[in-house]
Amino acid sequence: MKYSSQMVAKNYFIFALVLLAGEMLFGLILGTQYIAGDFLFPEIPFNVARMVHTNLLIVLILFGFMGSAYYLVPEESERELWSPLLANIMFWVFAAAGVATILGYLLVPYATLAELTYNNLLPTMGREFLEQPTITKIGIVVVALAFVLNIGMTILKGRKTVITVVLLTGLLGLAVFFLFAFYVPDNLVLDKFFWWYVVHLWVEGVWELILGAILSFVLIKVTGVDREHIDKWLYLIIAMTLVSGIVGTGHHYFYIGAPSYWLWIGSIASAVEPLPFFLMILYAFTMAKQRRIDHDNKMALTWAKGTAVMAFLGAGVLGFLHTLAPVNFFTHGTQLTAAHGHLSFFGAYIMILFTIISYAMPILRGRPHGNCAKAQAVERKAFWMMVIGMLGVTSALVIAGTMQVFLQRLPDVDALSFMATQTEIVPVYMVRLAFGVMSVLGLLTYFYSFFVKEEA
Amino acid sequence: MSERITKSMARNIYFGGSLFAILVFAGLSVDTVQRVPELSHADKITESVARGKNLWEVNNCVGCHTIMGEGAYYAPELGNVFDRRGAGNEEAFKAYMQGWMAAQPLSEPGRRKMPQFHLSEAQVNDLADFLIWTSRIDDNEWPPNIEG
Repeated sequence: MKYSSQMVAKNYFIFALVLLAGEMLFGLILGTQYIAGDFLFPEIPFNVARMVHTNLLIVLILFGFMGSAYYLVPEESERELWSPLLANIMFWVFAAAGVATILGYLLVPYATLAELTYNNLLPTMGREFLEQPTITKIGIVVVALAFVLNIGMTILKGRKTVITVVLLTGLLGLAVFFLFAFYVPDNLVLDKFFWWYVVHLWVEGVWELILGAILSFVLIKVTGVDREHIDKWLYLIIAMTLVSGIVGTGHHYFYIGAPSYWLWIGSIASAVEPLPFFLMILYAFTMAKQRRIDHDNKMALTWAKGTAVMAFLGAGVLGFLHTLAPVNFFTHGTQLTAAHGHLSFFGAYIMILFTIISYAMPILRGRPHGNCAKAQAVERKAFWMMVIGMLGVTSALVIAGTMQVFLQRLPDVDALSFMATQTEIVPVYMVRLAFGVMSVLGLLTYFYSFFVKEEA
Repeated sequence: MSERITKSMARNIYFGGSLFAILVFAGLSVDTVQRVPELSHADKITESVARGKNLWEVNNCVGCHTIMGEGAYYAPELGNVFDRRGAGNEEAFKAYMQGWMAAQPLSEPGRRKMPQFHLSEAQVNDLADFLIWTSRIDDNEWPPNIEG
């Protein structure tokens, strides 16, 4: 660790991993409710468990991004963080707000939570992924502003690199687009239209900038490749990302009441969306091949390569599978969407966090050369358990979605009802749950690797 | 690739390309906002429809159901539930909704459970109005059939 203020990242990383454990645990609850519909009812109804599952995911990724920025920006800028104190305060504010919100979901009915938090003054609750009470949303804005200020001041006062500028652009975009979460018109179509300004422009836009910046930082550190080379790749990848991703928002506007030109525009733009992810694979593997140093932390590079491959499969391949309007007509809102969502979030955003955590945590714990070989061997097992587990979960969901299309959507006569179709899919949901258990075991193995010591 | 493309070329592709994409998207967004009122019959958004949308939100209906294909995939699509359960008859649909909401949760063991939301008769009526309005949105003929 070159700068002592990088240490603030440690709490953020640890808390992100704790939240990930909670997120995956609730995933298992949901997976069980798909098989046994009355599991944990009425204590934790499906909608509550799902809210906890998705909100934990978003918050843990935000914690991870913040930790990543606090770790890499001082090193890139060649100076201490502008205000480590502010970063530490914001950690506790965000953690407290996050925990309180999750407890709110679990302890009172959602409508009561809306009442308790005065949702009627500025109604923003009850929309997918943006279920947080308005007061929490305001808290997120405050935390994001303090964070962007802290990172921005550090970058502006220090050495400016392509990595930090791209990162800052991504973080600013993240903060700005979140403001659309406060716009809830009475017209459901407009509501949905601008809801995607937060959701799509986050995950298929500015978050990919953050992902690219973190990936580039780790690649420089563990391969020793020339920075000029890295910069060029990074620019090209994020150029492709934004050119395809921004207009690609249109693939969400096919069947929600927006004009029909989106059928064409959304299909064409989003057909290009796999390309930046493919470039990312070339990038990671080319850098690994051209490496000038052999870093002792082998796992960091493994995670980096894994991120590129899994993000391509999840966001690129599974996305393309149902992004063309004539296909999406039949797949829209089926388990295929869930398959794509799961593998892209895991492949792109969870794995990039594993990448930076795998690289940075040993250093933050006083091991500049990475964890010992024995710990890395355990971590490698965890890597494969989680990767295979998530591939299994999403393959099962692809089958489930395909069954929905063939049983419920395609037939003109005698189409099965939604509920009857779901009954047919139960065996597939069992396979999905089994692979989900495998992923959770992988995460536990990963946690265990933190405590493995070399034999004396 | 390293030889043919310089760093400044890559940077220009990034800035130029992004700016182009942002302008195209912003232009189309403006056009969409102007056309949505007609496509969604915005003049039919009564106070009851607006209240119904709020009820839809504060009870987190989207946590289990989809509406025009968006939401959770645990319970049936409701963007066309008026067509499916009301067959185009508003009174019949409202009567169905009153009965359905009052009967939750169904006591069938193992079946997916819908919670009891303790809505008043007027509130269920608002919710029904919201779903009726939603079913008439011009959404490019989605879903493919009545089952949603």
